[in-house]
Amino acid sequence: MDEELQREFDRVVAAEQRIEPRDWMPEGYRRTLIRQIAQHAHSEIIGMQPEGNWITRAPSLRRKAILLAKVQDEAGHGLYLYAATETLGADREDLTQKLINGRQKYSSIFNYPTLSFADVGVIGWLVDGAAICNQVPLCRTSYGPYARAMIRVCKEESFHQRQGYELLMTMMRGTEAQRRQVQDAVDRWWWPSLMMFGPPDDASSNTEQSMAWRIKRHTNDELRQKFVDMSVPQADKLGVTLPDPELRWNAERGHHDFGTPDWDEFWRVVKGDGPCNAQRVAHRRKSHDDGAWVREAATAHAAKRAAKESAA
Amino acid sequence: MSEPRSSWPLYEVFVRGKRGLNHVHVGSLHAPDDEMALRNARDLYTRRNEGVSIWVVPAAAITASSPDEKDPFFAPSGDKVYRHPTFYAIPEDVPHL
Repeated sequence: MDEELQREFDRVVAAEQRIEPRDWMPEGYRRTLIRQIAQHAHSEIIGMQPEGNWITRAPSLRRKAILLAKVQDEAGHGLYLYAATETLGADREDLTQKLINGRQKYSSIFNYPTLSFADVGVIGWLVDGAAICNQVPLCRTSYGPYARAMIRVCKEESFHQRQGYELLMTMMRGTEAQRRQVQDAVDRWWWPSLMMFGPPDDASSNTEQSMAWRIKRHTNDELRQKFVDMSVPQADKLGVTLPDPELRWNAERGHHDFGTPDWDEFWRVVKGDGPCNAQRVAHRRKSHDDGAWVREAATAHAAKRAAKESAA
Repeated sequence: MSEPRSSWPLYEVFVRGKRGLNHVHVGSLHAPDDEMALRNARDLYTRRNEGVSIWVVPAAAITASSPDEKDPFFAPSGDKVYRHPTFYAIPEDVPHL
């Protein structure tokens, strides 16, 4: 029986059709998806913090409204993704507990601090740009609810990236000090952005199986290359220098050659030793705890109303 | 200690994109009651004019066909090609048919 179910699963995946929640699926597929989607959801939720840091200090009402909308989108993306994990049998509260107890990870990029308002622009341009490279292929991932969530996310990320680039263009037209802030932010975020695609292919333990299941459609190194090729002309147009002396066009390959990210730093931050790891998780835990009374009050109100209705 | 939030029931959310279209399933959310489900659905699924009408339905109230019985369940429609217009051969020179 299991063999037959496995054959049907393999056939659906190979035919580029989608696996849906109530279909039979291998346990490993389910586990991998829950881990990946939860990690993705956590990243969206933690990702609210570095930019939320600047909402009260945005330089104009226009920038504040944009930033608020963007941070609200991140919350929305987190919720679309938690909803997708629940179709696999995960429990949202359990995932939140795993995040605030440090048992599940989120993207390491959010463990870096946002030191100036230019960081808001660079996060939109580079961090959201890298996220888009990662996420566009996920719109065709083999698990239906994940693919559908990613379609919604990608539509909204485009606004994120464009507002960031426009913010940077505005600063580059400003004072010398503003241009220096932009360059400084680019210098700090470029390498962590390249690390967002994960370790090199030969060190990525999950890639092969995920590609076979068509959860993942491209390898980490392929996506990283694509991101570099996209970013170089954008940096030129902006008038900033990407901090990589080895970066140059390779006509033979039809791609840019570029340097190697500091993978020791990557693993240090993944393992918890980044500039903001402790702060990010502590803040998430605190806001969850601070919101407990709201959850209790809403539950009590619903119970009271239900009791009134059944008495009437 | 408060109840875990997952004790809030799960709602499935359906949005009518514009007048003239069906409501379409867009995702799910948890909420303590119907009214909060509707408000949360508005905030979560229609931040950019994606809808003119929202339905929220407790997930527990949905009855679904089982994937295990997929083939037999839909078999009755499988062998009735005569339900499709292309089943009927009509000469090409017959107009408007």
